[in-house]
Amino acid sequence: MMAQNEIRLTGSGGQGLILAGIILAEAALLQGDNAVQSQSYGPEARGGASKSEVIISEEDIDFPKVNKADILLSLTQIAYDKYKKTTKESATVIVDSSIKIDETLKVGKVIRIPIIDTASNKIGKSIVSNIVALGAIQEETGIVKRGFLEKAVLNRVPAKFKDLNRKALSEGFNLIKE
Amino acid sequence: MASALTEKYIRSDKFPHMWCPGCGHGIIMRSIIDAIDRLGLEKDKVCVVSGIGCSSRAPGYMDFNTLHTTHGRALPFATGIKLANPDLHVIVVSGDGDSSAIGGNHLIHAARRNIDITTIVFNNNIYGMTGGQYSPTTPTNYFGTTAPYGNIDRTFDIAQLAGAAGATYAARSTVFHVPQLTNYIENALRKKGFSLVEAISTCPTSFGRRNKKGDAVDMIKWLKDSAVTTTKAAKMSEEEMDGKFTIGEFKDTEAPEYVEEYDKLIERLKGEDNE
Amino acid sequence: MENNFKLMQGNEACVEGALYAGMRFYSGYPITPSTELMEKSAIRLPLKGGKFIQMEDEIGGIAAAIGASLTGLKSMTGTSGPGFSLKQENIGYAAITEVPLVVVNIQRGGPSTGLPTSPAQGDVMQAMWGTHGDHPVIALSPSSVREMFELTVRAFNLAEKFRTPVILLADEIVGHMREKIVMPKAGDLEVVNRKEPAPNNENYLPYAVDEDSYVPEIASFGNGYRFHVTGLMHDETGFPSNSTENAEKLIKRLMAKISENKEEIIDFEEYMTEDADIIILGYGGTARSVKSSVKALRKQGIKAGMFRPKTIWPFPEERVKELSKQAKAILVAELNLGQYVLEVERVIKNNCKLGFVGKANGEVLMPDEITAKAKEVL
Repeated sequence: MMAQNEIRLTGSGGQGLILAGIILAEAALLQGDNAVQSQSYGPEARGGASKSEVIISEEDIDFPKVNKADILLSLTQIAYDKYKKTTKESATVIVDSSIKIDETLKVGKVIRIPIIDTASNKIGKSIVSNIVALGAIQEETGIVKRGFLEKAVLNRVPAKFKDLNRKALSEGFNLIKE
Repeated sequence: MASALTEKYIRSDKFPHMWCPGCGHGIIMRSIIDAIDRLGLEKDKVCVVSGIGCSSRAPGYMDFNTLHTTHGRALPFATGIKLANPDLHVIVVSGDGDSSAIGGNHLIHAARRNIDITTIVFNNNIYGMTGGQYSPTTPTNYFGTTAPYGNIDRTFDIAQLAGAAGATYAARSTVFHVPQLTNYIENALRKKGFSLVEAISTCPTSFGRRNKKGDAVDMIKWLKDSAVTTTKAAKMSEEEMDGKFTIGEFKDTEAPEYVEEYDKLIERLKGEDNE
Repeated sequence: MENNFKLMQGNEACVEGALYAGMRFYSGYPITPSTELMEKSAIRLPLKGGKFIQMEDEIGGIAAAIGASLTGLKSMTGTSGPGFSLKQENIGYAAITEVPLVVVNIQRGGPSTGLPTSPAQGDVMQAMWGTHGDHPVIALSPSSVREMFELTVRAFNLAEKFRTPVILLADEIVGHMREKIVMPKAGDLEVVNRKEPAPNNENYLPYAVDEDSYVPEIASFGNGYRFHVTGLMHDETGFPSNSTENAEKLIKRLMAKISENKEEIIDFEEYMTEDADIIILGYGGTARSVKSSVKALRKQGIKAGMFRPKTIWPFPEERVKELSKQAKAILVAELNLGQYVLEVERVIKNNCKLGFVGKANGEVLMPDEITAKAKEVL
């Protein structure tokens, strides 16, 4: 694993990307790493493209913003189009299956999986798309250990929705495993 | 020789005061200390807060905890004081410009909150300290240095404004009707909630001179002749009321008081802190 | 293993620091990107028996805080650019009446409504000169979530000790980011309380000072001393005085209160400056970019170092001057079009080269941009 991992979560405002970033950061802290989470908002956050960023490192983190991401998540086409060129050449790009990929871009790996569909139809609540995505990210990249990710998720969701979110996480793992 | 009231409550070493001969403000100041005296309020627990203007020089002469703040801002300062120590009797002294122009927003919100502050507005219908500009209570067609051709503005009725905004006591009197004024201030101090007494005062130097109101005595006579009780005013036509104004207690109700409500919240939350 | 660490947002850490320092009054008005200061205070204060109030406007926000401080509570108000502009008159009021107060400015793109959700450092000069007249200023600049906690505690301590408004000049980067913070326990950090006078002193003068001190011992309202507080020039009694002699005395003492205590107040961090050819000066959120750049430059064999003021005002004149004599160049990096650099320029004169890299478009300064500029300057 690299000394520092830069993760960029993108989609439209309201998709819970900030929460996803916070959860990832907390999971990193639980496993003894350092993490910095930030986001951008503004007019772009309303239905446009919004992003949440997390840097995870075993060392101290100086610059708190992600420049070229190691991991890019995009849940909408607009977000993907806006941020597709902001990754390292070795990056892992995880996108929702509704997104059309730009084949000309050089990245490490592109994974298209039905994140939103899984949340909406399989689990029945589109609101957990962000948790499904986190599960997929964890399974694919291993940047945080499963146990810590799960703990972080459960810390941040209301008690009555714990089972729902456990399931969402699990489905996220499965999307990669299959 | 000073009166008993003056001995007890006035910082005589700060005299001579800065008000002009014929200014009504000293009368209002005396009514305030008279009311405080009648209620037997402890001097150490009385806090008088003012803004900027001739009115706002009053607290400097009064032997309490006194605070002379920035223009229009006496009420928010007073709000902080009252919240910090609810045991203090907090009185705001303000002028017509200070309270209804630059301070207008603070006035309506303090009234809306019904926070236990007693506000006395020294209304001389002019910006006296700065030389006689017109204010939101300068009557239409009257003159001020910034209304050299006559004021085209309409005016505020400050007492009614405070009442409409939520004050649970709102009254108006004048520096002629001293016993009534003192009674109203006493009632206002008694009220647990936001209370406002608008005291119509005289400014012969700026307002009077520019508007040919005569000397101080003429101006006080004018107050006597032009003040109409609300019951009487109700029976008068618009024509008959022209040039006159109402005095009386316009509002006297009960409502939850702000600081008490916040203290209730603190009580309710006790035991929930996890530190 | 008990680990008292948390992932916390900068603004939240600021409130926690304030509470740690003993804040029990917050008043303010919502404004991005500072609103979390209010929201967290609204939740935490009543739980501690403290008072919170959302006032009708920004000016009401600072006025209520000053009133509460006069009445004995440690008080804070928070805002961003537009609100900071509105609060200026009363910042001066707190300065001349010598009321302890902490004013937090989470800087955003300006001027005017500007870029409400984007970071900037464009209020640096305003923090010094925003209010009219000569007046003492202390302003602190946090660079991390941990410093949002610690420097807020420090801000309160300085406000209490020197009876002056202290500005916590933060920015949206540090205000909104979430980082690991180990929460200090009671006793870990020093907490200073204002000195109040002994009771029953018949000759009590609220604004008198001891010979070797510059700070008066002003009683809190309602504690047994009745006195007058005014924004007019006043004498030791607190009552207005417009005599030339008195005005001279008061203004000089107010300024000396800070200038004679500069050594105690000024604080900064240095990273690899001992042998540096180029010293990059950055503060607040920008310092994070600077540190990253310094490390990158060193990897490329360039002797770079970072000087990071933690107190923006008073300006760390002596140390900057010293550094200008030992380095070949100083590069100032800030999120504006050149404000703090003017102070550096004034102080270093021609001792070494001076460079500037800045931005005021809502973006942060990237380490690469700073690195490129550093190479250019050398």
